[in-house]
Amino acid sequence: MDVTVKILRYNPEVSEDASWESYQVSAEPTDRVLDALHKVKWDLDGSLTFRRSCAHGVCGSDAMRINGKNRLACKTLIKDVNPSQPISVEPIKGLPVLKDLVVDMEPFFDAYRSVMPFLVTSGNEPTRERLQSQTDRERFDDTTKCILCAACTTSCPVYWTDGQYFGPQAIVGAHRFIFDSRDEGTDQRLEILNDKEGVWRCRTTFNCTEACPRGIEVTKAIQEVKRALIFRR
Amino acid sequence: MVQTHKYDVVIVGAGGAGMRAALEAGQRTRTAVLTKLYPTRSHTGAAQGGMCAALANVEEDNWEWHTFDTVKGGDYLVDQDAAEVMAKEAIDAVLDLEKMGLPFNRTEEGRIDQRRFGGHTRNHGEAAVRRSCFAADRTGHMILQTLYQQCIKHNVEFYNEFYVLDLLTKETPGGTKATGVVAYELATGEIHVFKAKAIIFATGGFGKVFRTTSNAHTLTGDGMGIVWRKGLPLEDMEFFQFHPTGLAGLGVLLSEAARGEGGILRNSENERFMERYAPTIKDLAPRDMVARAMANEVREGRGAGPDKAYVYLDLTHLPKEQIDAKLPDITEFARTYLGVEPYTEMIPVFPTAHYAMGGIPTNIKGEALRDNETVVPGLYAAGEVACVSVHGANRLGTNSLLDINVFGRRAGIYAAEYAATAEFEELPEAPEQLVVDQIEMLRDAGGSERVAAIRAELQATMDINAQVYRDEGSLKQALSDIEGLQARYVNISVQDKGKRFNTDLLEAIELGFLLDLAEVLVVSALARNESRGGHYREDYPHRDDVNFMRHTMAYREKTEEGAGHRIRLDYKPVVQTRYEPMERKY
Repeated sequence: MDVTVKILRYNPEVSEDASWESYQVSAEPTDRVLDALHKVKWDLDGSLTFRRSCAHGVCGSDAMRINGKNRLACKTLIKDVNPSQPISVEPIKGLPVLKDLVVDMEPFFDAYRSVMPFLVTSGNEPTRERLQSQTDRERFDDTTKCILCAACTTSCPVYWTDGQYFGPQAIVGAHRFIFDSRDEGTDQRLEILNDKEGVWRCRTTFNCTEACPRGIEVTKAIQEVKRALIFRR
Repeated sequence: MVQTHKYDVVIVGAGGAGMRAALEAGQRTRTAVLTKLYPTRSHTGAAQGGMCAALANVEEDNWEWHTFDTVKGGDYLVDQDAAEVMAKEAIDAVLDLEKMGLPFNRTEEGRIDQRRFGGHTRNHGEAAVRRSCFAADRTGHMILQTLYQQCIKHNVEFYNEFYVLDLLTKETPGGTKATGVVAYELATGEIHVFKAKAIIFATGGFGKVFRTTSNAHTLTGDGMGIVWRKGLPLEDMEFFQFHPTGLAGLGVLLSEAARGEGGILRNSENERFMERYAPTIKDLAPRDMVARAMANEVREGRGAGPDKAYVYLDLTHLPKEQIDAKLPDITEFARTYLGVEPYTEMIPVFPTAHYAMGGIPTNIKGEALRDNETVVPGLYAAGEVACVSVHGANRLGTNSLLDINVFGRRAGIYAAEYAATAEFEELPEAPEQLVVDQIEMLRDAGGSERVAAIRAELQATMDINAQVYRDEGSLKQALSDIEGLQARYVNISVQDKGKRFNTDLLEAIELGFLLDLAEVLVVSALARNESRGGHYREDYPHRDDVNFMRHTMAYREKTEEGAGHRIRLDYKPVVQTRYEPMERKY
């Protein structure tokens, strides 16, 4: 079938203004949107710029706004985005656009790095593994799935308007350790998230949960972190 | 404008091997990590099934059995001293990751859980053994995330989206020495020279020479290609692993863990055909044997589907809870991309190009070699880009996640130790010149050839002629196709002439590496007149230990006329310690 892909193009080397360009490509209903973007780039206009790597939804490179929703281009099939109409593709919102669909990921990774996203322990290390029950392991399983694609953070209306908010992903990143029975850094991490730009900015709109290509219950994780803060003492 | 930087150790690539090396080198000396992606985008994250180590948490096991399985699985082309190092250090490598926070699945006692995996057996082949330590079916993802988290903790310095395009070397009385790298900054198009005492290549594989592959778009063999163009050798490049269970038509990986958990391969007659090919361990035979068996079923008319082009992976007899707990990602891939529900339907699968056993030859310290023995001072390699050789002619499942941890760590330690006493070397005048010329040539070229067209033709000929089954005729066809494409490559045109995020240019450069490496693969394969591991020659269907129990060493040499290049093949003995080669039966 023939599909029209409408892409928000931006290249400051050429023009300061972004503009929509439409491209016709042939695609199978079961092709990924990424395949259609590749067809544009490889056959029609080599200057179209986007990030991608694994092409099956595990590396987190190709989050973009497709028909107004944050998705991974490699995990979205043409048949699922109403291909009888033009499919609109634009960069994720809330991060500076560098060129076409490529945004500056540094503010996003800065937020992640700021929540101490690593295991904190004290005392001597055991010679063998630390023990952890299956139940304790299960407690934080959901948030270990995160691939840092930024789909959640850049779907959050608070993140769009508040330049300081950590955003959902950073809270997910903190959650993964706060609820890990082996971790001893919870107090420090919660203190960071108790900041005025921390978890309390969340307005529970559930955009993040809907956007997550890994099916993480992001809003629930944020609620659990809020509750941990309230009941901490 | 060229910017110059100076570090004791520069690591190229930020997947598992690169970041594991960075954690060691970074705590010992001034270290930078350069990656053409963001670290968490690296393809380590796509690995699924696990990482083997003889922890013996759930049943009797020991590292000697693991060593034997690795040697036998590699069809005896494995260097046995290296395999022993890997199997021994595996135990600490897993425990180290747990201490870093990796969320392994647990046993009822709270210890790291283990499951079966292809070719891993108890007591030298008696039965499958539970050796693979895992986190659901996203073990690679958890390793990549955990290592990145540790890099954050230890303030490892990253240069993200810096594409390394050249290795700087200097001729000294002690031989060729590595002195730095030249990188292209994607965001700006600027050139950066990194002066270093030690350089570790950890850039992964080159699966994109094939059309059907589990590999990421970005796996274009850059590290191997750079070293190759410097006249340094590549080892055992004919040995490429085809993973049995790629999603049919797409190549997306479905972990061997599916069979470790009890999944069964079936042909169109619903027969569990692996019983005929490997009576003892059946579906858990090593990947080369399973991939060939699948391809053979299809060739003999027992393939399934409208074109009889694939076989089935059957999980329908497994409890839903087990699938959800142990195989959530791969079953979602089947649902997303093929619309198949694995609870109730069998999944169409076919072999997919997966892993390069060959690469930059190194010793067990990760030091790169310029011939069979001599080290290139200051140059290291680890992970898929390297050939130690722990995988020989066929890598066992899980041994790549192990390889990156064991040899990534080793390369990091030894590079830092070397840098502690080495001196910086003077760089030549304009060390960036080769890269500047290359980029200008590509960006300003006004040719008529499209990068995508040449790449598609390369991938097509490799899939047809150099895949699971090969023979002299098919390989010669592939070689002549590659030569034709190389000639056309000179006339490519890049449409994007800008400096900012020029991925059009990037893909053109990557294609150059792919063409080089495909040629090495095919030339090496043409000369190996035997079948061993992942290299199967229909015209020489048996292993020939008399003539070919040896590693291939390929060199790029200038022709007498000076303009062109040709490939010279040499050979290197296999290190044998404990195990005499036997016929491989499972």
